[in-house]
Amino acid sequence: MSWVTLMDDIDRAIIDRLQGDFPICERPYAEAAVALGIDEDDLLARLQHLLDRRVLTRFGPMFQIERMGGAFVLAAMCVPEADWDGVVDTVNAFPEVAHNYRRESQQAGALTEFNMWFVLATETPAGIAEAVKKIEVASGLPVYPFPKLKEYFVEMKLAVRA
Amino acid sequence: MSSIAANVAKDLDRRLVLATQGGLPLVARPYHALAEQLNVPVDQVLARLAAMLASGVIRRIGAVPNHYAIGYTANGMSVWDVPDERIDELGARIGALDFVTHCYHRPRKLPAWTYTLFAMVHGGSREEVLLKVAEIATLLGADCRAHDVLFSTKILKKTGLRIGA
Repeated sequence: MSWVTLMDDIDRAIIDRLQGDFPICERPYAEAAVALGIDEDDLLARLQHLLDRRVLTRFGPMFQIERMGGAFVLAAMCVPEADWDGVVDTVNAFPEVAHNYRRESQQAGALTEFNMWFVLATETPAGIAEAVKKIEVASGLPVYPFPKLKEYFVEMKLAVRA
Repeated sequence: MSSIAANVAKDLDRRLVLATQGGLPLVARPYHALAEQLNVPVDQVLARLAAMLASGVIRRIGAVPNHYAIGYTANGMSVWDVPDERIDELGARIGALDFVTHCYHRPRKLPAWTYTLFAMVHGGSREEVLLKVAEIATLLGADCRAHDVLFSTKILKKTGLRIGA
């Protein structure tokens, strides 16, 4: 379900214009609010509201853990339908699982049924292999890591669709 | 920076990650609140955050939308089997398309999974995403040996980074 219709122009502006460049200063919300034409209290209340409704999943710094010696790795599993709910709970219980999506192939009769795709985030590169092993043991299913060999582009800023 | 100073900064950086990975405090002076919580002078908090932003440890500071909630109900992970010797050139071109939010070279999982070029495409409908994927296919031309699009049907978890204390 989309909340787009319940948002006003100011909420949209907050989401569109505040995905980066949040200031590092004494009163950053006040400074950001000025640029949006609202006041600090209004911005704080709206952010809280957008977080409460889960329109925003977070408000704060996005870390590139690799720059601190850590690792992010995409991994996939082929989860049998009968075991689905239990495996979701098992996998999601690991704090190393930063996000997790169910995905379906568009190719009928695809050779692989990778239907669960998640990102592991760990403080050290060795932590990835440990997390993979732990998830395999806990779920009883193989985990296939897809480490990035090269990053060509990453920019996850999306404007609210009218 | 001396090695002692570097280690102090590294320790503070880690504590700042722990304190903010769930979000910044929603109070008028959030960095002061962090300084108080971590028991360090606010100037150090401001300086380390600025340094982490400059060095890329922090990609950005701001709102992280749930893309479903802001109208991107279709998100397709397009995957492509392209010649290894061409992938860097092709990845750079596909990554430059305005509708591609992430683009990576990843390993094959043979025999079944031959795809190496991953390009994430977001849109308001599957039809829209598939049109964009068709644009990628056109661009790749004969270099595309096989491809698929894996649409997400459910967000199972989206907490982001959570390192332990």
